[in-house]
Amino acid sequence: MSQVESSGSGLEQRRPLSPHLQIYRPMLTMMMSITHRITGIMLYFGTLLLAWLLIAASMGADAYATAVSFVNSIPGKLILLGFTWALFHHLLGGIRHAIWDSGHGFGHPQREWLAQATLIGGILLTAGAWGIAYFIS
Amino acid sequence: MAKSSASIRTAMGKVRFLGSAKSGTADAWNMRLTSLALIPLSLAFVAIVLQLCGKDYAAARAELGHPVPAIIMLLFVLAGIFHMKIGMQSIIDDYVHDALLKEWSLIANLFFSVCIGLACIYAVLKLSFA
Repeated sequence: MSQVESSGSGLEQRRPLSPHLQIYRPMLTMMMSITHRITGIMLYFGTLLLAWLLIAASMGADAYATAVSFVNSIPGKLILLGFTWALFHHLLGGIRHAIWDSGHGFGHPQREWLAQATLIGGILLTAGAWGIAYFIS
Repeated sequence: MAKSSASIRTAMGKVRFLGSAKSGTADAWNMRLTSLALIPLSLAFVAIVLQLCGKDYAAARAELGHPVPAIIMLLFVLAGIFHMKIGMQSIIDDYVHDALLKEWSLIANLFFSVCIGLACIYAVLKLSFA
């Protein structure tokens, strides 16, 4: 964008040339977009935990017991909870993107509803999975 | 008037590999393909992990070595690794602007994805055959 002339009331100089994060009011759809990316990053690094568990299982009972004891510890459970929520949130967000790819869901109530459904659905699925895990063990 | 076959790219631009990377369409399509596969595979993965809860080592080994969970795990890892590699590549393309750092970040992403993927596949195969 070209520079504003130096003459003038000074207001023109302070006016932003292109709107960015200080300008836009945070909306749910904006927040959901960045959390889709953030949960993707969480899952990316969470594969380290998956690889550890699988390799430990393939190595023997001792290695597996060590890995499982980490997962059962407080930090391990927190990581697993975060990973589970990231998985469900990213999964539902991906379905939301697939609906958009098909051309539907861009209009006003629909996109807000899709965002809310993704957020609430992710939390419900996480709670459901952890509830089942609690029940089983 | 320029000939219709004349390119508007400069010679320097071609030498420095500037311009389109040409793999964008393939990446976009593979992203959608792996996403589609990961819908049932992620849910199956969660079901497999839930079945392992509270079980001892012998039961875990029996389950992960059984063909159906093992094949599901392999498919999940394959689709997931490909998906996460393309996804992280987009993130690096978006946020890393220094040319050298971007180059090395993209290489690190590829190596990380391949290593994690191979480690998981190795473990599942070992559980199935050993």
